[in-house]
Amino acid sequence: MEHYLSLLIRSIFIENMALAFFLGMCTFLAVSKKVDTAIGLGIAVVVVQTITVPANNLIYQFLLKEGALEWLGMAETNLTFIGLICYIGVIAAIVQILEMVLDRFFPSLYNSLGIFLPLITVNCAILGGSLFMVERDYNFAESVVFGFGSGTGWALALVALAGIREKMKYADIPAGLRGLGITFMISGLMAMAFMAFSGIQL
Amino acid sequence: MSKSRDVLLDPLFNKNPIGLQILGICSALAVTSKLETVIVMALAVTFVIAGSNVSVSLIRNQIPGSIRIIVEITIIATLVIIVDQFLKAYAFGISKQLSVFVGLIITNCIVLGRAEAFAMKNPPGLSFLDGIGNGFGYSIVLLIVAFFRELLGAGKLLGFTILPSSNEGGWYLPNGLMLLPPSAFFIIGLLIWALRSWKTDQIEEEN
Repeated sequence: MEHYLSLLIRSIFIENMALAFFLGMCTFLAVSKKVDTAIGLGIAVVVVQTITVPANNLIYQFLLKEGALEWLGMAETNLTFIGLICYIGVIAAIVQILEMVLDRFFPSLYNSLGIFLPLITVNCAILGGSLFMVERDYNFAESVVFGFGSGTGWALALVALAGIREKMKYADIPAGLRGLGITFMISGLMAMAFMAFSGIQL
Repeated sequence: MSKSRDVLLDPLFNKNPIGLQILGICSALAVTSKLETVIVMALAVTFVIAGSNVSVSLIRNQIPGSIRIIVEITIIATLVIIVDQFLKAYAFGISKQLSVFVGLIITNCIVLGRAEAFAMKNPPGLSFLDGIGNGFGYSIVLLIVAFFRELLGAGKLLGFTILPSSNEGGWYLPNGLMLLPPSAFFIIGLLIWALRSWKTDQIEEEN
């Protein structure tokens, strides 16, 4: 239990997807103008990440890994090289399915999250989560915790940045820095603040 | 002729994918602490953009509109797998350092963005030039960031000592911040500031 808690804290704060690994930057910078939209996208990312990382973990464990196809009598097959195309396919498919399920059963949620779902397929944080899971060789339970944690960490950073950017309206910024430039500076300062978490062990 | 030149050279400064279009920042900033990894990354991305642009452009009239994103992603993923396998075979050390970031070229928004916005509408030759141009525009920003991070952070360039650091008996006190992730944000921020002070038409309107 302690191990999972520690993994959760690490994936949310210390190894924050957006601020420590620069993943999902494009959406991070583009959709952080308003807190409301940031919260919507944040929730969508947490949901998708919590589903896709464990799903890809199963695919990796039982289909791709060296020796994983033993149950088919092909113990020596190693399919890890087609991993990339599988993970992105799974992510695209799950996002599509999630969109249809939400549309059918939770129309109100669909209306608020709907526009963000297609964006998520090409969000590097989602694919990055799956690739980190493979690289660090997480088991299934760990991958659930890691998926949830990394999604939450990303959403947290996004909402915090949006909050700061809303206040920026009252600031007088040099002309060339307006918009994108100052947003980079803020993200840099936030990344430094998040680094204060490093070294925390549970 | 001049159109080809514009297509090739515009992405360098006038329409830089990172500086102006907020594309493709995701996968690559984390590799900019050293010049060596950046050069490999820049070549890989340029190859993938050019390759995917040509392939998408060749079959652009056959791709059904409703599934074009999936087709594009499949082409891109295939090219990235080729790059990944190539690096693992011939440059294993660097491929270890780049870790997941080679795979993340798939979700690099520049690649999909150019395939979708340019290659779907233009012939293969022009698309190829557009891919090379955007690859260079992306590389140039990455190289500048990595140049400052490695020089100020470690006093080295490509592993050669330029500023002898104090713990090796020299005079330069390395700036540790430059090796940490936040410095990349600051350098890109300053770079955009410099670019926009030069090309004033890129300044964003206050909203």
